[in-house]
Amino acid sequence: MSDRPPLIPAEPPRDAGPDAPGVRLRGARLAYGGRALFDGLDLDLVGGQITGLLGPSGVGKSSLLRMIARLEPDGAAEVRTDDDAALTGQIALMEQSDQLLPWLSVLDNVLLGARLRGERPDRARAQALLDRVGLGDRATDRPASLSGGMRQRAALARTLMEDRPIVLMDEPFSSLDALTRLRLQELAAELLAGRTVLVVTHDPMEALRLAHRVFIMRGSPARLALAAEPPGLPPRRADDADLARQYGELLRRLEASA
Amino acid sequence: MMSAVRIAVTVAGLLALWQALVWFSDLPPYILPPPSLVLTRLASDLALVARHAGITLIEIVLGLSLGTALGASAALAISATPALRRWLFPVLVIAPSIPFFALAPLLVLWLGYGLASKVAMAAIIIFFPVTAAFLDGLRRTDPSWLRLARVMTDGSSKPRADWAELRHVRLPAALPALGSGLRVAAAVAPIGAVVGEWVGSSAGLGYLMLHANGRMQIDLLFAALLTLSVIGVTLFFVVDRGLRAAMPWQADSLPEERT
Repeated sequence: MSDRPPLIPAEPPRDAGPDAPGVRLRGARLAYGGRALFDGLDLDLVGGQITGLLGPSGVGKSSLLRMIARLEPDGAAEVRTDDDAALTGQIALMEQSDQLLPWLSVLDNVLLGARLRGERPDRARAQALLDRVGLGDRATDRPASLSGGMRQRAALARTLMEDRPIVLMDEPFSSLDALTRLRLQELAAELLAGRTVLVVTHDPMEALRLAHRVFIMRGSPARLALAAEPPGLPPRRADDADLARQYGELLRRLEASA
Repeated sequence: MMSAVRIAVTVAGLLALWQALVWFSDLPPYILPPPSLVLTRLASDLALVARHAGITLIEIVLGLSLGTALGASAALAISATPALRRWLFPVLVIAPSIPFFALAPLLVLWLGYGLASKVAMAAIIIFFPVTAAFLDGLRRTDPSWLRLARVMTDGSSKPRADWAELRHVRLPAALPALGSGLRVAAAVAPIGAVVGEWVGSSAGLGYLMLHANGRMQIDLLFAALLTLSVIGVTLFFVVDRGLRAAMPWQADSLPEERT
């Protein structure tokens, strides 16, 4: 019951960058053992918007996300911002496994980036972010004492602490129970507003709730297709009738690709 | 407190078993002395046994420190240098099948009858388990932690990013594996020291045991053996407790019993 969402203040997040650049991925190619996972793939992430990426498992969604962060040593692609600048130091990453280091306190996990870069840790800001995600009173605890939902909240605070204009999220809430997932989607949409976000997910509802544009990735080698542009601002209500209709449609398209 | 009771019960049980063996086997005391005789001998010759035990303990602690320091350094060097890894990894794989105890006579020849040859023997047999365990830990960092570190240090120079990743992620992540290596090391270090003493020495519990054996003082031999066992078990517990205190995030895989 300690997993209750925090009260979300009416004011917009203080560090949301309204002028976050878009991302242009061109000619992405990745092959494992002679088999091309994808080849000549293009993807545009609109600046300040959330892009959802759906597709069957094994199709290469996570690999494509990692190509943007240049984490696939075997891959080749041209990745720039839409104003043709390099992406160096502009990306924050959040994955399904919360990536919390078990030997550090929750607060020190949030400060990990500063620690790794040898910067002065801004403890006050880290504590404020933990307050924002509802973990203000757990700052000195170790991750092992937190529930799955709380751990992903801590990961979200760490991602926000990095304060990068581009955020890559790989199945961020997949390991959570349905209710916790809904709450965290709302929190993430609220706190990430204004940033350029890519959310890889296998849950069409998650994509529809969070994303401005939803792509489906399928085939071998994989192709991308724009599948939905849900109206209104995220986070959208899960019980919205229009969303339910689009959900059915996305499921049909995913089924056809499986 | 419950564990203290359990240890006392175990020790009492073992002594009872020993005594029962003496009664039922009907062996003479110069072959298998009863525990009472051994404890009496230990009490009357306490100063003698303590002096030799002190020397063996110094050999064990020095050997353990030296072997651990060398093993941990080797693991770090191997993990940081791909060329070293290619050449030395096969060596580490076959090393456990090399009978290093056979080196003991050579070590005594090279390093003399004193402490040095025993410390070297203990250090050599400790080196490989420590290196192998720590290296294994350094190689098995959770790849998602490394991706996170890489994204966070994007823009730093490569040596700087590599160092930060080692210091803040890979090294602490490998500490539990190093801990397993240290537990093995604590268990085998006394063996190394005593084997060194058997081959050639003028002091230490191994020397005392050979000496007593030669004079048919089997009760003294058993007293030395008992002392050595106490040292070994105590050492293991100290290392184990120390490691647990140093790594509180490393929870037991078996849930703690509720009392």
